[in-house]
Amino acid sequence: MIKKLLVTTAMVFCGFIAMAQDYFPTNEGVKTKNTNYTALTNAKIYVTPTQVVESGTLLVQDGKIVDVGKSVTLPKNTVVVDISGKSIYPSFIDLYSDFGVKKPEKVKEKGRSAEYEASRSGFYWNDHIMPENEAITKFEYDDKVAETLRKVGFGVVNSHIQDGVARGTGVLVTLNGKGDNSNRILDDRSAQYFSFTKSIAKKQSYPSSLMGSMALLRQMYHDENWYAQGKINTKDRSLEALARNKNLVQIFAAGDKGNVIRADGIGDAFGIQYVILGGGNEYERVADIKASNAKLILPLNFPEAYDVSDPYAAAYVTLEDMRNWNQAPANPKVLAENGIAFSFTLHDLKSPAEFKQKITRAIDYGLDKTTALKALTTIPAQILGKSSQIGSLNKGSYANFLITSGDVFDKNTILYENWVQGTKNVISDMSLVDIRGDYDLSVGKEKFEISIKGTPEKPKLTVKKDTVILKSKLAYTDNWLQLSFADEKKTGSYRLIGYVKENDKSITGKAVLPSGEQTNFSASKNTSFQVKKKKDEKKIPKAVAVTYPNVGYGYTNIPKPENILFKNATVWTSEEAGILENTDVLVKNGKIIKVGQDLSAGSAKTVDATGKHLTAGIIDEHSHIAALAVNESGQNSSAEVKMEDVVDNEDKGIYHALAGGVTSLQLLHGSANPIGGRSAILKLKWGESAENMIYDNSPKFIKFALGENVKQSNWGSYNRFPQTRMGVEQVFDNYFQRAKEYEVKKKSGEPFRYDEEMETLVEIMNGERFISCHSYVQSEINMMMKVAEKFGFRVNTFTHILEGYKVADKMKEHGAGGGTFSDWWAYKFEVNDAIPYNAAIMHDQGVTVAINSDDAEMIRRLNQEAAKTMKYGGMTELEAWKMVTINPAKLLHLDERTGSIKEGKDADLVLWNGNPLSIYAKAEKTMIDGAFYFDLEKDMELRTKVGKERNELINQMLGEKEKGKKTQEPKQSKKQLMHCDTLSEYLH
Amino acid sequence: MISNKKYTFQICLWLALFLFGLNIRAQQTPAAKQAEAFVIEGATAHLGNGKVIENSLIMFEDGKLTFVGSAMTKIARKGMKIKGEGKHVYPGFIAPSTSLGLIEVDAVRASKDQDEIGEMIPHVRSLIAYNAESKVVESMRPNGVLLGQIAPIGGRISGTSSVVQFDAWNWEDAVVKQDDAIHLHWPTTFRKGKWWEGEGRGYQANKKYGDEVKETLIFLKNAAVYDSESEIKNPILSAMSGLYTGKQKLFVYADGEKEIIDAISHIKDVGIKEVVLVGGNHAHKVASFLKTSGVPVLVGATHNLPVFDEDDYDLPYKLPKLLVDAGLLVGLQNSTASNFQIRNLPFYAGQTVSQGMEKERALELITGNTAKILGIDDMYGSLETGKSATLIISEGDALDMKGNKLTQAFIDGREISLETHQTELWKRYEGKYKGK
Repeated sequence: MIKKLLVTTAMVFCGFIAMAQDYFPTNEGVKTKNTNYTALTNAKIYVTPTQVVESGTLLVQDGKIVDVGKSVTLPKNTVVVDISGKSIYPSFIDLYSDFGVKKPEKVKEKGRSAEYEASRSGFYWNDHIMPENEAITKFEYDDKVAETLRKVGFGVVNSHIQDGVARGTGVLVTLNGKGDNSNRILDDRSAQYFSFTKSIAKKQSYPSSLMGSMALLRQMYHDENWYAQGKINTKDRSLEALARNKNLVQIFAAGDKGNVIRADGIGDAFGIQYVILGGGNEYERVADIKASNAKLILPLNFPEAYDVSDPYAAAYVTLEDMRNWNQAPANPKVLAENGIAFSFTLHDLKSPAEFKQKITRAIDYGLDKTTALKALTTIPAQILGKSSQIGSLNKGSYANFLITSGDVFDKNTILYENWVQGTKNVISDMSLVDIRGDYDLSVGKEKFEISIKGTPEKPKLTVKKDTVILKSKLAYTDNWLQLSFADEKKTGSYRLIGYVKENDKSITGKAVLPSGEQTNFSASKNTSFQVKKKKDEKKIPKAVAVTYPNVGYGYTNIPKPENILFKNATVWTSEEAGILENTDVLVKNGKIIKVGQDLSAGSAKTVDATGKHLTAGIIDEHSHIAALAVNESGQNSSAEVKMEDVVDNEDKGIYHALAGGVTSLQLLHGSANPIGGRSAILKLKWGESAENMIYDNSPKFIKFALGENVKQSNWGSYNRFPQTRMGVEQVFDNYFQRAKEYEVKKKSGEPFRYDEEMETLVEIMNGERFISCHSYVQSEINMMMKVAEKFGFRVNTFTHILEGYKVADKMKEHGAGGGTFSDWWAYKFEVNDAIPYNAAIMHDQGVTVAINSDDAEMIRRLNQEAAKTMKYGGMTELEAWKMVTINPAKLLHLDERTGSIKEGKDADLVLWNGNPLSIYAKAEKTMIDGAFYFDLEKDMELRTKVGKERNELINQMLGEKEKGKKTQEPKQSKKQLMHCDTLSEYLH
Repeated sequence: MISNKKYTFQICLWLALFLFGLNIRAQQTPAAKQAEAFVIEGATAHLGNGKVIENSLIMFEDGKLTFVGSAMTKIARKGMKIKGEGKHVYPGFIAPSTSLGLIEVDAVRASKDQDEIGEMIPHVRSLIAYNAESKVVESMRPNGVLLGQIAPIGGRISGTSSVVQFDAWNWEDAVVKQDDAIHLHWPTTFRKGKWWEGEGRGYQANKKYGDEVKETLIFLKNAAVYDSESEIKNPILSAMSGLYTGKQKLFVYADGEKEIIDAISHIKDVGIKEVVLVGGNHAHKVASFLKTSGVPVLVGATHNLPVFDEDDYDLPYKLPKLLVDAGLLVGLQNSTASNFQIRNLPFYAGQTVSQGMEKERALELITGNTAKILGIDDMYGSLETGKSATLIISEGDALDMKGNKLTQAFIDGREISLETHQTELWKRYEGKYKGK
């Protein structure tokens, strides 16, 4: 009877749905209209996360909420369902979904060369910019998927085509399986989506890097403005769509703490506030994230513990990853405590089924339940500007709600029903009687003991005769119990069937004996089932502290400048003063205040440097450490990209370099194209953010490159101009000529298309930006200088410059410096004539020469590399030392600030335990702007600390495994070590 | 398509020119057999066996050392005198497990001869491909690196190496110890992620490790029972026979603790007599096991980054010392580096001194110890009467860049040229500017 009733209810609600199409003709029967109401009474109703009605009534009609409250007047034609003891919540909303929208298929690589041109016409010049894409046009409702989402409490999702840099608009859709696209789609164009990731369906090579994606987005916005002015004669459907989508919510899929900041920065430059999809690690940079003012969409992708039971294998897991396991579940809590608004998404979960476990985990880690509920209801509704329709149970909202047995975030709470637009979806039968417990069973004259455990929906049975366990089977649906078991002596089975009523002490019904004889059975409950509360279930592993950066060897506190007197050192000034014995150096407020003998410390702390050597910090003119990407190789010029966009402040390479006495470096773009990207010049302040590592008022630099790499000699690419050194010259000539014409137009006051690339080239010609040019053989070096002279500027630095010794006189005349390897050669064809005497010969000809690394290992021994110039070419100690201090400072236009020990300069200093040019020397302390960023003693402490913390986390993870929790296999996440010709850093 | 053909043609032409170029700019002429005796007096002699003699006297004749001792010794000085005051004498440095002479330019495929196809190819021999006239080999000598073990790489069993000296007309002249060892790259429990297929870049478990070990052992067991008398020859198994008689050594490359224990235990079990561990990033963690097994280690060069981010930053610098302190026989190799870097071998050794290693012990890592490991210590690796006069004279401390300036070098008593393609270019362009 109950079963029948259920069917009827479902039909009633189907009737509501049909109303949306009431002007449609019907040929399936008579046309009807159901104007009945449904009231759910005596429930605890969360109208909003903060407005809760105890024992209230929710009145629904026509898919919407008519009224809600303590005392609601019920119209006559109301079906009343008393659900006392149960709770009602608004159902959940996911802003970042691909529900119903098929992901584009990955395009297969054909041939050996990359594609550089766009594949479309009438759209933007870059294939990865697709704001004209509309999810609604691709939308196909899939109730199988919808069911998996409804099962965990979701009612509305905002879906889009998750592909490309500019992805077009999303569609806001309810998970209403009984409706159709005429009523379940709440908004055809609900938001506009962006990301840094290229389309998998398009082959165009640009952008091939994160910084390329960023530059592309900036140029796209410039072009949008230009197009809006009507200055472009041809039609660009992408830019038109971009303008059309301008007033929608702008959602950016950043997917990582650093990328959240990057995305927000782009938005700031164009007056756009994105809502940003995070990556789950935002807690590590919470202050910067808060400052962005962006609302976030957070994934619940908390990692599983690593299975560290094999100590050999456990060694491969980094402390960073172990910590992430320990800390990430607190991400929502930390953000909430800092007042950052966020919503949750199912994105990045292996399956929606994980949702409950993950959200309760976040709550176990301290997330307040009200905030959790807001993040699933009111906040996403607000973000979409749809608060009056979804996200709450206020009058007039869609009837999208959940009926639960209690607190929706409690582990043991049962989700009974998920109503979407008034359609009831039963997740777990509310009327089902919980039959779990121990019973005495009598079948005829026979006595048995039965015990029912498991869940109310899927109970598990044990049948005993005396102490013997019998083989048995149990089925339980719609309160009908069906049970069979075998008698060990007789052949055949007992079959029992009975209907269970709420609150009855015993279950009775019909029994069929093995003999076929029919009789009755009676099972009387002697013990009720009790959920065993697992101890420690709520106990969460002790949180380990976040460090700066949040990886092994990060600091608990970011180093602060100190006032220090280095007493009685051998001071290598890198100035005319040379090397001074028994000399003191006083550092205050980050500057070198005084250099002399018998200085008084005053308030400064004294460091006894007797027997030690104090030098200026080493400067590497050519480095690729601390970078998330190196090459934007998608075009033969990438002057628009900025290495400053992709500084990786967490690279352990920074710490290694500090331990080798390096304080500053130029983070260069790679050499994949003739005109590379703009440099980032960094102070290696381990612990600081990427932004704080970049020099204030940084000199402006750009990478250029010549030779084998730019003509793509050593990898399979044959269709990008240039393929020869002849072509390289023409690239430069053409770009600078165009930049010249660009500047003329810009200055003329006529409207012009703002071009980030041309702006950069104009800076070069005006002497505002300097070139560091990757170069090997003499012909191309000579050519580059002639091109520069033609356009009236100077090549500041030739880097690598391995045949510089052949044209040192010409370099001197032109005014170019050289940054070179000490002794590298033979690794490719164009370095056949590279000789280790190069530095000495160029120096002797009056060229400013630096020794550089281009290598994460060599950077930590640049002192030794400088010493090689003494072996090869007979440099003096003083001149050799200058090659890694003041000379690179000069090449980088930093010599007024750093690179030598001189009063008034930045306190970038290194204390060595011996002659710094000797292989036997070790850096003991490395100071930048007066703060110690490396200290051998502190390093020793950190070694112990890292070991202890690893051990603590390993024990915690072993504990998780013992508790039977899911674990993942040990693996190591490792960053790629980058060189000039590193190309592959940014594939899908 | 036409243009592609054109490219192929151009590349061929270009490579032909390049190889031709190598011939016309061949290395320095190899020195003739030692004709007259030499006497080095007054230098600090670093013997390569842990000992040092200040104010030493060294004499050699017919390629052999006839006297090594104090200059205070009353003994007749026979031969041409070399003033040693203020200078340092060392045995020639030895570079094990390198591809010198097999690869000329890393990026030019046509110049590479180190990596043959196949998984188990012990019959492939490095010696016959060794280019005695390589410009890169030549560049070793001015830094004191005079001998090397030329090893193939690739596959599981990569082939057979030979030990050569670096001043020769051809490989036959160059050979010091022919077919000295077979090189086995032990399977790894973890492998680098295939990032191009969407995996991470870091290490992840190699699920095939167990199978790969089994395959290797089956091969080694089959090689052990190979019947050399049989009429039907198996060149592959036959190439392994020296391992079971003790005539050849097995150089096994392994870095992790588990791999090291697996490799050494299994290899001893199948009856291979002489085993050398190459790599050994984590050898310090199983040092006592290695000590008990009597296995020497050719540890990775010090100028490398730590393998794990949380390793001590100076772990590669001090690893040789940790192993020496544990009582192991230790040498230095840099098999993963580009050839040109091998000339920095003395500095790799010098680096350990900053970690508290005694200088003479550091020197052994590239001389006496390596000679023992390669089995050429009867003649090379230390300055002792009766051994080969293979030595260098440096103006200063040869383990330090500042001091490593060779004035003379000898291989088997032959005074070799210290000029190279690089010194010639240096002089040529010094001349250009002086001429102005």
